[in-house]
Amino acid sequence: MLDSIDRRIVAATQAGLPLVREPYRAVAEKLDLDQAEIIARLRRLLDEGAIRRIGAIPNHYALGLTANGMSVWDVADKAVADIGARIGALDEVTHCYERPRHLPLWPYNLFAMVHGHTREEVRAKVERIARLIGPAARAHDVLFSTRILKKTGLRIAA
Amino acid sequence: MPVIDPTEKAIINGLQGGFPLTPRPFRDAGAELGLSEGELINGVRDLVGAGQLSRFGPLWNAELLGGDVCLAAIAVPPERFDEVAEQVNAHPEIAHNYERTHALNMWFVVSADDPRRIAEVIAEIEAETGLSVHAMPKVKEFFVGFRVEV
Repeated sequence: MLDSIDRRIVAATQAGLPLVREPYRAVAEKLDLDQAEIIARLRRLLDEGAIRRIGAIPNHYALGLTANGMSVWDVADKAVADIGARIGALDEVTHCYERPRHLPLWPYNLFAMVHGHTREEVRAKVERIARLIGPAARAHDVLFSTRILKKTGLRIAA
Repeated sequence: MPVIDPTEKAIINGLQGGFPLTPRPFRDAGAELGLSEGELINGVRDLVGAGQLSRFGPLWNAELLGGDVCLAAIAVPPERFDEVAEQVNAHPEIAHNYERTHALNMWFVVSADDPRRIAEVIAEIEAETGLSVHAMPKVKEFFVGFRVEV
């Protein structure tokens, strides 16, 4: 769980680090803390998973990765943990989750996001995943996004 | 296709994680990428300025910060699509909303600091639109790389 100082660090860095030689010192000065404390807390938050990673956060669309395919798979509940771990580890998959089915409309319980420059590239990646899963995938589909209706960053209050 | 020079490519592909937690992180990360501290800072600044990076820094896991997120989908009749998009987007808890190629053609993410708000927002959207909202909370997260190659 985050304490109040952690939350102030979240608020101070969620729009990005200062792009200066000593970014952690700059954050520390803003919050009236020591640089060493900022670094130690960021390391702990990274170890605990509250920070997924630190670095460049790409804008897929601006980089030309305009095809965004949500590949979805119907696999046996018993097998989903094993298959999810294998699929999630692939370079072409940016996120991978198990989610509930909504029968009969929605038989799929495994979601893997695949990005590419074109739909053909995404489809080829999805077919590679299909070969990897083999007959354990009883059905699959890929849903392309045709329009962004809303996109705002997650905003966390301090 | 945007034009990406070798320095930018090195930054995007090499620095989507692992930025050092050291007093001079740009110097230390630059040494790994074969860039000087100044070249790396300027390169990152240019990429953020051009919008090719959304930002540079920590990627926070919203759920571990105490909030919650839930993916949800609606099968919207095509003739009502724009109207329903407006009704859904009017909720500040909706972070992303995409039109997708399926009978379930509207997919959005509900996020709230208070996890109880998620179910309330979904119920509000069902009442406003008269349509079923299919909540697809994650059961398990396998791996979230969020990394891309350019």
